[in-house]
Amino acid sequence: MIRTGSLRYEYPRGPALAFPDVAVTQGATLLLRGNSGSGKSTWLALAAGLLTPAGGEVVVAGQRLGDLSGPARDRWRARHLGFLPQRLHLSQALTVAGNLGLAFYAAGLPEDRAAVQAALEALGVAHLAQRRPSQLSGGQAQRVALARSVLLRPAVILADEPTASLDDAAAAAALALLREAAARSQATLVIATHDRRVQQALPGAAVVLLAAPARETAA
Amino acid sequence: MKTLALSFRYLWSRPLAALLNLLLLTLGLASITFVLLASEQLDRAFERDLAGIDLVVGAKGSPMQLILAGVFHIDVPPGNIPLAQVRQLAQHPQVAQVIPLSLGDSFRGFRIVGTSPDYLAHYRLQLADGRAWQAPLEAVVGAHVAQDTGLRPGHAFAGSHGIAGGGAGHGEHPYRVTGVLAPCGCVADRLVLTSIESVWEVHEHRQEQHDGQAQEDDARREVTMALVRYRTPLAAASLPRWVNTTTGMQAAAPAVEVSRLLRMVGVGADVLRGFGAVLLATAALGVFIALWNAVRERRADLAMLRMLGARPAKVAALLLCEAWWLALLASALGLAAGHALAGIVGAMLQAQRSLPVTGGLWLAQELWIPAAALTVATLAALIPAASAYRVDVAELLNAR
Repeated sequence: MIRTGSLRYEYPRGPALAFPDVAVTQGATLLLRGNSGSGKSTWLALAAGLLTPAGGEVVVAGQRLGDLSGPARDRWRARHLGFLPQRLHLSQALTVAGNLGLAFYAAGLPEDRAAVQAALEALGVAHLAQRRPSQLSGGQAQRVALARSVLLRPAVILADEPTASLDDAAAAAALALLREAAARSQATLVIATHDRRVQQALPGAAVVLLAAPARETAA
Repeated sequence: MKTLALSFRYLWSRPLAALLNLLLLTLGLASITFVLLASEQLDRAFERDLAGIDLVVGAKGSPMQLILAGVFHIDVPPGNIPLAQVRQLAQHPQVAQVIPLSLGDSFRGFRIVGTSPDYLAHYRLQLADGRAWQAPLEAVVGAHVAQDTGLRPGHAFAGSHGIAGGGAGHGEHPYRVTGVLAPCGCVADRLVLTSIESVWEVHEHRQEQHDGQAQEDDARREVTMALVRYRTPLAAASLPRWVNTTTGMQAAAPAVEVSRLLRMVGVGADVLRGFGAVLLATAALGVFIALWNAVRERRADLAMLRMLGARPAKVAALLLCEAWWLALLASALGLAAGHALAGIVGAMLQAQRSLPVTGGLWLAQELWIPAAALTVATLAALIPAASAYRVDVAELLNAR
């Protein structure tokens, strides 16, 4: 579940953002809609505990983020949050399996190779485990990144523009995969997007519309 | 543990940059290692060969030359002095011991030194094989000489005129080897020692052939120089002046000349050391630039690590470990290269029958090499690591 109340964030020498209140139950899907500059990235960073709000509160998976210190927030994020960035950010220095192993490393857990293999298998990319990210197609790379985000069975999955620059068929496939992956871990799914197709593909999802601040200065 | 393995992977994900930085650091460390080794061994060699010699007395000329020729056997002697005057010097109340030396001949580049058995005692030379010389034209060879020429007790050899080798032969007066010295790590390793009478015999015979003269009497005999030990430290104040003013000879104090020499050589060592420091600074800059670029290239990777729940300290540690890997590898390679270089220079010097330098010596000061490398790497990694703390999440989330 995710709940926010009177959430605000101010960039130093930038715009002040105020967000509408949000409440989604565990396992539901939330669409975060808005044009660029409307604060989607900021909202995701606030929900991930990477930024500290200027006012209001965020409760994610039963945890009030304001109650956690910096290191505790990092630990909490490792265990409870899955993240699928738009540019995927798979490290070229490591193999596909190594990239998934990085999730264990970042969380300070011993690497569970069986879990890595299982996560890759669930997304149909187990045979690519020893490849480098540069040797993957766009679709394969997204599956790998998705496998990484669900590896530690998170309570919440944050996906940033998962359908950007995909054609209709690929976009539908990507969303279906996301939904399946979220359902397998009974995770709450948050999709930040400006893509209308997403809302059409997920009619049951809650939608929050973010508006750009009145005095817009930053991207 | 995992941080070490992971940083190693990250380091070698850019092999060219990693290799170039490794090379830079290695060069800097190798040159510093070499300077350390060479200057330390030079100091030690001087100290060992000086071993309690207070004064060297020889013909007028350069005092430095006298020391280099008489103690270290790396320069030609200035000339000869009358034996009678040396005997007179030995009678001086402030003189404890006089060891005469007679130079002039060599065998395959190794100097033949005519002296008294006191020389063996003074340097505490032990025989590895055979016995010391007892009669004229019997000789004892140093460890290097034996190794290089294959001379063993019972072998005979003929010296050649001139200490550089290649002069006219003394084939009609062959020496007979009676013993081989145990290695002493000092100048005697590369000398052929014989009695002073042997040298007279070889050369007087030569004169006899040329001039048809009979053997010269004792009073007209000459030696090349004499090593002197004082009876009392007070002698240092008066004896050199006494020799220089009242006799036709020249006295040179090794301690004074060697410190003068080390000051001159020291400039060279300082230049090398400075050169090494510049190389090291360049290497530090190289590591800094490499890490800085790595952070910029991997900004998103690092932000992703943060997103996956890694503490900022963990991300910074990853970068620091990357620099430390470079430092450790460069230390190992730099030490190896420095020792190899010292070994090569040592082999070249040995071929010239000059100062002993080896690459096989390990000094405690060399522990400073990895310490310096780690410090340099840490300094170079500090700013990139600090910037890892400020990884911008916007970097991760924005499309662009």
